Amino acid sequence: MNLHAQNTLTEAETALVNGYSSRFSDLPGDADVTVRRDEALELLKQGLPTRRVEAWHYTDLRRLLSVVPDFKPVANAEAVDPLIENALVLPVLNGAAHGRAAGPEGLTIATLADKLQEGALSAEWLTASDRFDAVGAINAAFVSDGYWLDIAEGAELSRPVELQNIHAGGQVHGRFVVNAAAGSRATIIERQTGVGDALASSVTHLDVADGAHVFWILLQEQPDDAAYLGQFTASLGKESSLTLFILNSGGKLVRQEVKVEARGEGSEFKLRGVNLLGGETHCDVTMVLDHLAPDTVSTETFRNVVTGKANGVFQGQIRVAKIAQKTDAKMACNTLLLSDDGGFSSKPELEIFADDVACGHGATVTDIEKEHLFYLMARGIDEKTARGLLVKAFVAEVIEELEDETVIEALEARLVDWFAEHG
Amino acid sequence: MLEIKNLHARIAEDGTEIIRGLNLTVKAGEVAAIMGPNGSGKSTLSYILAGRDDYEVTEGEILYNGESILEMDPAERAAAGIFLAFQYPLEIPGVATMEFLKTAINAQRKARGEEELKIPEMLKRVRTAADELEMSMDMLKRPLNVGFSGGEKKRAEILQMKLLEPKLCVLDETDSGLDIDALKIVADGVNALRSPDRAVLVITHYQRLLDYIVPDTVHVLYRGQVIKSGDKDLALELEKNGYAGVIDAAA
Repeated sequence: MNLHAQNTLTEAETALVNGYSSRFSDLPGDADVTVRRDEALELLKQGLPTRRVEAWHYTDLRRLLSVVPDFKPVANAEAVDPLIENALVLPVLNGAAHGRAAGPEGLTIATLADKLQEGALSAEWLTASDRFDAVGAINAAFVSDGYWLDIAEGAELSRPVELQNIHAGGQVHGRFVVNAAAGSRATIIERQTGVGDALASSVTHLDVADGAHVFWILLQEQPDDAAYLGQFTASLGKESSLTLFILNSGGKLVRQEVKVEARGEGSEFKLRGVNLLGGETHCDVTMVLDHLAPDTVSTETFRNVVTGKANGVFQGQIRVAKIAQKTDAKMACNTLLLSDDGGFSSKPELEIFADDVACGHGATVTDIEKEHLFYLMARGIDEKTARGLLVKAFVAEVIEELEDETVIEALEARLVDWFAEHG
Repeated sequence: MLEIKNLHARIAEDGTEIIRGLNLTVKAGEVAAIMGPNGSGKSTLSYILAGRDDYEVTEGEILYNGESILEMDPAERAAAGIFLAFQYPLEIPGVATMEFLKTAINAQRKARGEEELKIPEMLKRVRTAADELEMSMDMLKRPLNVGFSGGEKKRAEILQMKLLEPKLCVLDETDSGLDIDALKIVADGVNALRSPDRAVLVITHYQRLLDYIVPDTVHVLYRGQVIKSGDKDLALELEKNGYAGVIDAAA
């Protein structure tokens, strides 16, 4: 931006800029890609966004991202067990795609490194969406690999695909592209985790074409000392649907952005999320949803459990374009605050330019209902178990409406694990 | 089995005294009815027995099988065999009824040093008890009490009581909100539990329930005290003449 700003780069910002110089020659891409990376770096040189930027008001990235670890070129990251047993696992380990297995019928798998090298990408593809798109910029500058999946027209994938972005400390920057062609149907699981002190970023581009249906499950389970910056973008065609389920349970600093465009008439977007926040986690989910066509429907429900000194943020912005008549959008964010030292900030924003729409939002912050606790204890259930049942019940409500028994069971098992550790 | 001696208790939040020197003894095998006008402290008594911490005992003693229960939390009291059938059973979304029953039964068994029940045995018991109360197993697939009618909630309370096999059953206005058919089913459920080693405390406003669960003793509660005790004829007398006569006589 100016000399002054450059002179006052923080330690983390300096590490990002310097990291680029040393890392640059190892990063894949043709000349076009290199131009995009350089542009992204220029943004980073202007400094990370602070709380003065509205989109970052509750997550002062400049202050919170205090340390950026060095890359560990030879670290040994290991794939994790899939959430669902029969899933096809496509791991990105310490920044390199390792899956070479053939997919189910109708699925074409390529690595992102190959795609970057081929020069097949459109110019805007690695471009940050605006001056303050820090997640997009960091990822564009450093992205090393990932997967590019094409799901054929009308194909119904016979088993789920699990994309993993796994680190072993250091830095990883991955990107996933999934194109679900018209009338296709797929379940995709995305895992963001690893071991050790890390900066991990991940950007997903999902295109759900006309009449396609995608169920996407994003599990962010970073270790306590990792920073994770995620950006999920999706575009929905006519009469298509996307159900996105997000579970955040880990990380020191987490920013998960969700940007969805309901651009096709009659498309439906469902966002369901559970934030299990313990320790000193700062976890921010920021959604921007554009209703760009008539008769589009969206519902967003988040359930948050806050313990310890954890801090949570949910920003939900719904924009309804003038043409998007008969939009039906409902957003809810409910928090169970179990600790006096924790906090949760919820900011719903509705921008409506159409005149015939139904939009609503609600946010609550509560403690466990004393009367519920008494009722369970009066049946002989000890206090700790009773509290556990009630907290689990609070978040399980969101999981149980997912309509896929295998997924529900797998997710509930993760709840049980988390409560065993943090209860 | 239950001895309440000179019990004084107040609402913890604002210090309002509700129970003012209550004395009551209930023997094993006995069905005792507690009757009284609104505001006499009937429901408060039931909550205090179950251990709800909105109430503070300031004086007196509650002995259960000769031992004080005042220092026990609700879960410990339940494990010791005290059961409160709530006047207004709570709906708890997200807690599956079967999971709740399994957790409660096994928590109590564990606290008593018994082996946990295996799932097939548990299901068998639940099915038998539900049949007797004319409850469908489909209802039990729902979250605890969620979407149950008033009558269904009361049946669900009795179902829990049958499964938990308590030694001291406290029924708080179990008849309220029940039609006559449901009342009979619930009363049959309670009567089936009558046994020489079990006591039942029936708290009610009306005589109606006592036509079906015939009490051995009847106690009139007024302003936090038992002002008169008698046998089942006392309930009939109250039905005929109202509480005024008994209250005036005690004054």
